[in-house]
Amino acid sequence: MKISFNINGTAQTVDVDGETPLLWVIRDTLDLKGTKFGCGKAACGACTIHVEGMQTRSCAYPVKLAEGKNITTIEGLSQGDELHPVQQAWIEEVVPQCGYCQPGFMMATAALLNMNANPTDQDIDDSIVNVCRCATYYRMRKAIHRAAEIQNNNLLK
Amino acid sequence: MSLPAKMIPLLLLIVVAVVWGNTAIDTTQKLAAHSQQKASTTSDQSLNQQQAASLEGFNKMMDVLTHKRCVNCHPAGDRPHQGEDSHIHNFNVQRGPANMGAGALTCNTCHHEENNDLAGVPGAPEWSLAPLEMAWEGLTRVEIARSMMNPKINGGRDLKATVKHLTEHKLVLWAWEPGVDHEGNPREKPPVSKEDYIAAVKQWAENGAFIPEK
Ligand code: FES
Ligand code: FES
Repeated sequence: MKISFNINGTAQTVDVDGETPLLWVIRDTLDLKGTKFGCGKAACGACTIHVEGMQTRSCAYPVKLAEGKNITTIEGLSQGDELHPVQQAWIEEVVPQCGYCQPGFMMATAALLNMNANPTDQDIDDSIVNVCRCATYYRMRKAIHRAAEIQNNNLLK
Repeated sequence: MSLPAKMIPLLLLIVVAVVWGNTAIDTTQKLAAHSQQKASTTSDQSLNQQQAASLEGFNKMMDVLTHKRCVNCHPAGDRPHQGEDSHIHNFNVQRGPANMGAGALTCNTCHHEENNDLAGVPGAPEWSLAPLEMAWEGLTRVEIARSMMNPKINGGRDLKATVKHLTEHKLVLWAWEPGVDHEGNPREKPPVSKEDYIAAVKQWAENGAFIPEK
């Protein structure tokens, strides 16, 4: 089945079984390896991407639903060489440990900032429920607040 | 003590009169009661027949509406339930202001228009929680029915619209195609078939949407 969508600003058409999880297509067909597989059950958030700007678990998203949609992966979060506020905050706060879960968390955070420019700790708890086996949650929380600060005050380097 | 002989006929007359009178009163009362009973039995019979038909539909309908496939998403609080044991939804999932999740964690972060049996994530059009006013968790069948029929809290639906919702809405009918869980096990379906349930809702409604006292 042919499916066309826009991914990271580029039009793509893939010819795959429509039930294939979008995560598989992103990683194996389009060779974008930043998005990770954790559970395949929509439970961990490692595969989080954006579909029309909303956080979406790509392991539980059949590619047929992507027809005509705008999709963003961690590779498309920045604009050219300019970092996204979330990426800059993550570097400043030295968030990752092993790093495996981080693209998913960063995409979930970017989606949160899209709809809430000043998230409180409660907002973060409500919206970011991914799993980090290295328990970097404390640094992530700081980085999320910092990302909001960077975004709101134009502090991108 | 002996009565004077001349008083005996008088006493007999009084006894006869009292007995006759009582019998007459008794008979009149019985007749009245009988005719009353007859009248009320006739109307009760037609009402009861209709009520009985409605009640039969009600009971079958409620076997479905009180099933976990329905009640899990009609919670009394701000957290959906999930699973055969109706545990609170994992991952801190919450109701949110539009019954579709809180903040950036909306239902369709994971749930879409159809089941995803590869991931074990259920889905149907308009996947969301019922509004808090339409909470069914912890209610009796009668209370559920009363709340369902109350246009102030049922989204302004009249009986026709309620029946349509109950028998045609894809999210309601998802209960009979609930897919598999994260371990690949089929989710339990309601105890009544979809066809029998739809017929039961109509039978209940067409016979006066009778709601029993308890
Ligand atoms: S891999 Fe998709 S949520 Fe875990
Ligand atoms: S940094 Fe290792 S899993 Fe999160």
